[in-house]
Amino acid sequence: MPRTIIEKLWDSHVVDQQPSAPALLYIDLHLVHEVTSPQAFQGLRERGLKVRRPDLTIATADHSIPTTDRSLPIADEIAAKQLAQLEANCAEFGLRCLGVHSDWQGVVHVIGPELGLTQPGMTVVCGDSHTATHGAFGALAFGMGTSEVEHVLATQCLLQRESKTFQVRVDGRLKPGVSAKDIILALIAKIGVGGGTGSVLEYTGSAIRALDMEERMTVCNMSIEAGARAGLMAPDDTTFQYLRGRPHAPKGADWDAAVARWKELPTDEGAAYDRGVALDAGALEPMITYGTSPGMGVPITAPIPDPAQVTDAMARDSITKALKYMGLEGGKPLLGRPIDVVFIGSCTNGRISDLRAAASVLKGRKVNPRVRVLVVPGSQEVKRQAIAEGLPEIFRSSGCEWREPGCSMCIGMNPDQLTPGQYSVSTSNRNFEGRQGKGGRTFLASPLTAAASAITGVVTDVRTML
Amino acid sequence: MKPFSNFESRMAPLAINNIDTDQIIPARFLKTTTKQGLDRQLFCDWRYDAQGNPKPGFILNQPRAQGAQVLLAGDNFGCGSSREHAPWALTQFGFRAVVSTSFADIFKQNSLKNALLPIVVPPGVHAELFAAADDPEATVKVDLASQTLTTPGGRKVEFPIDSFSKRCLLEGVDELGYILQHEAQIAAYESGRVGSIDTLG
Repeated sequence: MPRTIIEKLWDSHVVDQQPSAPALLYIDLHLVHEVTSPQAFQGLRERGLKVRRPDLTIATADHSIPTTDRSLPIADEIAAKQLAQLEANCAEFGLRCLGVHSDWQGVVHVIGPELGLTQPGMTVVCGDSHTATHGAFGALAFGMGTSEVEHVLATQCLLQRESKTFQVRVDGRLKPGVSAKDIILALIAKIGVGGGTGSVLEYTGSAIRALDMEERMTVCNMSIEAGARAGLMAPDDTTFQYLRGRPHAPKGADWDAAVARWKELPTDEGAAYDRGVALDAGALEPMITYGTSPGMGVPITAPIPDPAQVTDAMARDSITKALKYMGLEGGKPLLGRPIDVVFIGSCTNGRISDLRAAASVLKGRKVNPRVRVLVVPGSQEVKRQAIAEGLPEIFRSSGCEWREPGCSMCIGMNPDQLTPGQYSVSTSNRNFEGRQGKGGRTFLASPLTAAASAITGVVTDVRTML
Repeated sequence: MKPFSNFESRMAPLAINNIDTDQIIPARFLKTTTKQGLDRQLFCDWRYDAQGNPKPGFILNQPRAQGAQVLLAGDNFGCGSSREHAPWALTQFGFRAVVSTSFADIFKQNSLKNALLPIVVPPGVHAELFAAADDPEATVKVDLASQTLTTPGGRKVEFPIDSFSKRCLLEGVDELGYILQHEAQIAAYESGRVGSIDTLG
């Protein structure tokens, strides 16, 4: 029977399946970070267990790490303790740790791919909901809680129920100024933040095939924001070209054998999905969110919804509450709305191509003096590449802060935070209340939109500046 | 894990859709390296003002919520981040069940591992429960063995739960202990595996 790539990945990782229990699924790569792992290591200690496969496990420090000079001590004592705990846990259990001072430190979903750790056909997990990023390689990649981090450390397996398959078909060609971020924001606005619950999304269609790997990661990254268990794309020549020669990618004859295996992964002709939705890439505009949920997004020129027009009472209340928090009035566009901060970075948009996109707009221009702009590379490797291309000079001379790698203002666990009432245009993935700092108000958008808005100091349609 | 027993409780209603785990426990509290001491951080930014004083209008600060074991919430509860700190904080406050029309997948799995029962009810029952919760003394009964929630009006409503999770909760079975019993199968699977598995070596 023809199968989807989702079913192929599932079938090839089932270790055991009893009728009375979920399947036992084998995990090929486990990524670990400082925030969701300490209690899991403690659990192992209490049970006297070891890490089963240290060779399939790798840790880094990203969430609570400051993005200031790494040679200085970490001022936040609780964060410093958590970061030290990660290194101590990795030393005790024999895990590789790309920690605070590593040349390969970075946001966990940036470093997996750039090191060639993430490969087609794998199952990849991490105690982080944005693990779907790795699905861009044709891997089944999903986030989990700390109990499951402990399960994988101890057994390299997870108890899992098979998800529904959900095809997201995107055909057509993106117009100038419209990017991968706009595809995923448009999808979430269309199907809603619970639209993918219980499903694994497979992104297909000519617009997806045309994306490079970093753009594909941006799309897969936010699958969780549609509620999906995971999101992925079939591997193709773009995937193989990206991977070839990376530190952990197969070499020589192993490479050829791997590519032959990976070519078997794409969904078979005639395979059926449980659900499906289609988007026309050519009809998309730059997207921006106005509310406190990633599904509250509109094309940047469109008015934001008027709660008075919403019939369902609880949905109306949710929009009213969101607009009140955001200090916005329904029925008007966001264009021209003054902003205080621009954040360019995160596991969604902190890769070299994102920085290049932002720099292409900022080059030769000045940031509005009342706007603070943070540019945070996703990893040490992204930072090195940016330096090699002269990007920090462009950012600095236009008035941006060029910082050290980490999650930074995407999650506000380090000092990079909005103050109450501030507005940001952010290339990150969540606009939840207080996500970027208590009382902060977030407009999610692409790196192009963020850079354009940094220059004008107001929410701006980048197409007017191209 | 202690076996999950039946209980009767008042409800703490929170009629908001898509409550994300950043609201349940804000990220700045995730720098902890233990599971303890999270109850005061539950819904912190909705519950306390800028000076750290309880906001009287928020449900968890009202007398009716003290001792309540059921949180009644809007659709798609627990979306966003995978932080297990969310069910840890909810259970440390005293909740043993959350009732909604739907739950985010990761939150649901995290809850089941912490003896917090995610109870899915149809929209009609959901609306009926919110209406009944206008009376702060109204109670519901939760019976996991029969998978029923009894409404304040006395109507028994069945709720879904997979048989494995139900058994784990009722018998206090620890999932890791269960997986560890499969050592032979895991070893057999690993020995038959080729390719990508060793590329980290």
